[in-house]
Amino acid sequence: MAESTAVKAPVQKKEPLFGKKERKLITDPLDDNNPITVQVLGICSALAVTTLVVPSIVMTIAVIFVLAFSNLFTSLLRTRIPKQVRMIVQLVIIASLVTVVELTLKAVSFDVYKKLSVFIGLIITNCIIMGRLEAYAMANKPWQSFLDGIGNGLGYGAILILVALVREVFGKGSLFAGSGIEMKIIGPSAEYWINTAQSTLFGWYAPNNLMVLSPAALFIIGIIIWIQRGRNQKLVDIS
Amino acid sequence: MHSTGYVIRFILIITAVVALVLAFMATALKPVHDMNEAIYNKRAILSAIEDPLGQPVSELTDEEVQEIFDSSVEQKVIDMDGDVLSNDEVMTHGYADGAAEDVDMAKERKRPESERFLPLFVYENGGEKYYIVSVRGNGLWDEIWGNIALEDDFETIAGAAFDHKGETPGLGAEIKDNPNFSEQFEGKKIYGSDGDYTSIVVRKGGAKNDRNEVDGISGATITANGVQEMLYRGIKYYEPYFNSISTAN
Repeated sequence: MAESTAVKAPVQKKEPLFGKKERKLITDPLDDNNPITVQVLGICSALAVTTLVVPSIVMTIAVIFVLAFSNLFTSLLRTRIPKQVRMIVQLVIIASLVTVVELTLKAVSFDVYKKLSVFIGLIITNCIIMGRLEAYAMANKPWQSFLDGIGNGLGYGAILILVALVREVFGKGSLFAGSGIEMKIIGPSAEYWINTAQSTLFGWYAPNNLMVLSPAALFIIGIIIWIQRGRNQKLVDIS
Repeated sequence: MHSTGYVIRFILIITAVVALVLAFMATALKPVHDMNEAIYNKRAILSAIEDPLGQPVSELTDEEVQEIFDSSVEQKVIDMDGDVLSNDEVMTHGYADGAAEDVDMAKERKRPESERFLPLFVYENGGEKYYIVSVRGNGLWDEIWGNIALEDDFETIAGAAFDHKGETPGLGAEIKDNPNFSEQFEGKKIYGSDGDYTSIVVRKGGAKNDRNEVDGISGATITANGVQEMLYRGIKYYEPYFNSISTAN
């Protein structure tokens, strides 16, 4: 025991495994440098998959996986990748990881696989991933790159799930539909918590069909950006 | 700058490694994928008879779905003249086991009308028989399809379930997502009171009669028309077979 700590200590001093810099890699993309609301990347899939919460969560997990591991592999190979073909190599790495996700999902949860259908494949074209590989993994060490991938994936997922929560509640009146813990919140029959067919207070309510269509996601993301800029002075463009 | 030789070697190695890993994974998971797909299709067929089953198909486990199929569903493949085909005959269209669940409607649709094979599922429960037919047609963006259960008078619809490839969520996709749409079909008759084949009319602006009309979907006129057209053509294909067994009885 004593020996191993003695060996580890100097290593940790030189480069802590999870120091301040590493923590920042995870927390920064959640707010100050969020891939969707600040870098404005990955909007396409944020519009498409966010009608329901469950597919959004699955999409988030898939993107975190692909982002973290493509960052890791790219970073491991960064000194060996010939500069002339670096984009192609990055794409090969991303595409194979996406295929791994697709094959796994098809085996584990066929239903969700059918629901997400083409959007899993479209992770390949998600700008966040290529952006992080170019901007971070090509110039940083594997461990930091891995964390950067997880951080950005979480930042992406946070917005995705936030948008999906709003869209599912107001569009379909349910929450977590398609999973074991589906909650029916508001709607015109007795199985909903708030039964608009009988409630005098909510008799006027009808699900908003706009929420099911993709423009709704654009509005919601716009509002999130607005609120975020109002609260976070660092993001306000002074020029 | 790396030399051209290095670039080529690098690309070759990375391609080989990736290809090996993915090929291995795809082959290893193939049996699981096939099984999942088979269960998924069986669920789609059973969802046309949710009423007789007594519970939503989504609440059945995979094993229960398989169990219902094994014990109470009889599979038949018929041709356009209404004759029941043997397994060997069905295999001539390239279906591995020759069962009705193997018949790929998307492929059959590409054949000339007279050469098509039609899958038919007969669900029997306590003396009641339901005939589940498969139909396929075009929606607004891509193909739509469905399974329609008929009672043994070959006239009354016992249930219907639709699916689609790429209809708009909230509009055309409601044929699948909104249970109120498919529930309307229960109890409708595909023949008019004078015995003429009428199929089901999906009426824009609301059904005009109780016998064979259902409400359309606002904002999805073309998908709704697609459903109507698909039902008209698709159910008629089974007519020769139904005629042959109702005269035999």
